[in-house]
Amino acid sequence: MSRTQATKTGTAELQRLAAAGRWHVIKTVADAKAGHIGGPLSAMDLLVSLYFNELSVDPGNPQDPARDRFILSKGHCAIGLYSVLALRGYFPVEELATFDQGGSRLQGHPDMKLTPGVDSSSGSLGQGLSAGAGMAMAAKQLGTDFHTWVMLGDGELEEGMVWEAVHTARRFKLDNLTAVIDLNGLQQYGWPVSEDDDRFDRSNPWSGVDLSGVFTCFGWNVISIDGHDFDAIHDAFDRVREQRGSGKPTVILAKTTKGKGVSFTEGTYKWHNGIATPEQLASAAAELGQVFEGEAK
Amino acid sequence: MKAQRDVWGQTLVDLARTDSRVAVVDGDLATSTKADLFADAFPDRFFEIGIAEQNMVGVAFGLSTLGFRPWLSTFGVFLTHRALDPIRMLVSQTGAPVKIAASYSGLLNGSSGKTHQDIEDLAIMRAMPGMTVIAPADAIEAEAAIRWAADHDGPVYLRLARDAVSDIFSPGHAFTPGTVHVLREGNDALLVSTGVQSSRVMDAAALLAEEGIEARVVHVPCLKPVDEAALLSALSGPAPIFTIEEHSIIGGLGGLVSELVTSTTLGKTVTRLGLADAWSESAPNSYLLDKYGLSPARVAGQVRHALADD
Repeated sequence: MSRTQATKTGTAELQRLAAAGRWHVIKTVADAKAGHIGGPLSAMDLLVSLYFNELSVDPGNPQDPARDRFILSKGHCAIGLYSVLALRGYFPVEELATFDQGGSRLQGHPDMKLTPGVDSSSGSLGQGLSAGAGMAMAAKQLGTDFHTWVMLGDGELEEGMVWEAVHTARRFKLDNLTAVIDLNGLQQYGWPVSEDDDRFDRSNPWSGVDLSGVFTCFGWNVISIDGHDFDAIHDAFDRVREQRGSGKPTVILAKTTKGKGVSFTEGTYKWHNGIATPEQLASAAAELGQVFEGEAK
Repeated sequence: MKAQRDVWGQTLVDLARTDSRVAVVDGDLATSTKADLFADAFPDRFFEIGIAEQNMVGVAFGLSTLGFRPWLSTFGVFLTHRALDPIRMLVSQTGAPVKIAASYSGLLNGSSGKTHQDIEDLAIMRAMPGMTVIAPADAIEAEAAIRWAADHDGPVYLRLARDAVSDIFSPGHAFTPGTVHVLREGNDALLVSTGVQSSRVMDAAALLAEEGIEARVVHVPCLKPVDEAALLSALSGPAPIFTIEEHSIIGGLGGLVSELVTSTTLGKTVTRLGLADAWSESAPNSYLLDKYGLSPARVAGQVRHALADD
């Protein structure tokens, strides 16, 4: 696939890619005996849509100055990004097996100095939007046309530095910057369920807060979608492009399900991270339409 | 005799005329740091971020990925403390060519008191892998260090003083990372200093000389990297070693010299002068220098006392 995509990837193919990506996440983490599950799975449909339908990038030339930038600010979901980068052709899918192992290009959190296709290191939460804002400012200053995308988690929005960047992005009229928020409603442990909010098994971190209104008040363009609906995702991307020239950065508030796609990981904080047993791997493979050659012990 | 902050803004303006990579990212303190000189000359490359130090580091990193070599403009204390995590992850761990201009460093920052006095910065920045840590002695060495840093493809921490001190170096002085300068020869005491404190230590050595005590004065402008062989050579001989810094005695120059001496067979004691694990206060410069033992007279007195005890 070339940098400029003439045709969009169809929904059926995106679904196939997302299922493969989810399988790589759960299998790789199980093999490495370390890593995150819930966040990578909630973000997978968004990541696949970005890399196969939106970002103007060339896996054969990952440092192309004209490429769109993508920052996974929620860096603990690295294995989700690596899986999609591998599917997109930045490196062989087989390399995922080196995840978290000594000497690997695939570190526990994204390292821009090691991994092709990673535009910013991340891991300590809340920093990616500032980095993206700097890239977007530089693009405007240099007169280059690329778009900068930053994915954040809803738990990550608790970091104060994010809101410093939200302010800055509006002040600098960064309509070439888009934040994609993976609103899976859960964090590693998170908030106790309260009387007015019983989402899943822990409380939505933004319960009682009008997040859309907050971004609107900061002067951002806000698009709220189902983050697992490929048509809605593509429509949102189209609207982002239409906002170029408006002087407003855009946030896509994408409502998702933590651990999406595998029945036993969905909707529970307990699969923020976790190591699937061979039985669970067999079950996940079946649900995702993948071949699992390991033996259930 | 100029203040380091004055030459900082002006040197960046000079550099930016021929180097399109030079940019400034300000945290609403340009009138203090003198980045306003740059803002007036190159408004397109001056990025006002407001009072948001973590964010300004992230923005500077982002700019650096597109070829800029941004200079951060705010008080050092907000960079080395509030914005330490972005400096660590986005700048140091990536090797980004972001230049951390720590203005109003040390104790003497216009009577702002302990909230604004950064007496731990050298310890923090020395511990950060890949960071070049510079504390120039005067405005001339500061300008030379700025020019070097602007051309260096990596992160630099530059400790800049608010107020002017007597010049140590002559115009045209070039900065070379790691170089150790023996500013004065003597065999009775070895006085090791860094930053603008070196100027006061030279005055202390002059006072000691009036009493017949000849001190060697060693200025260490670059705490990392440092030419260890040159520093050890400067520390050789029978005279006792004193480190004197406008900084905590923990982890800064005193830490550097102690680590080096104990890793050799030099077998000498190191007396560390500076802030003895204590917060300071709001006061005029002369009061602070006197109270914390950093004025020429107090440095000379402590050295004289220590030599008398031997």
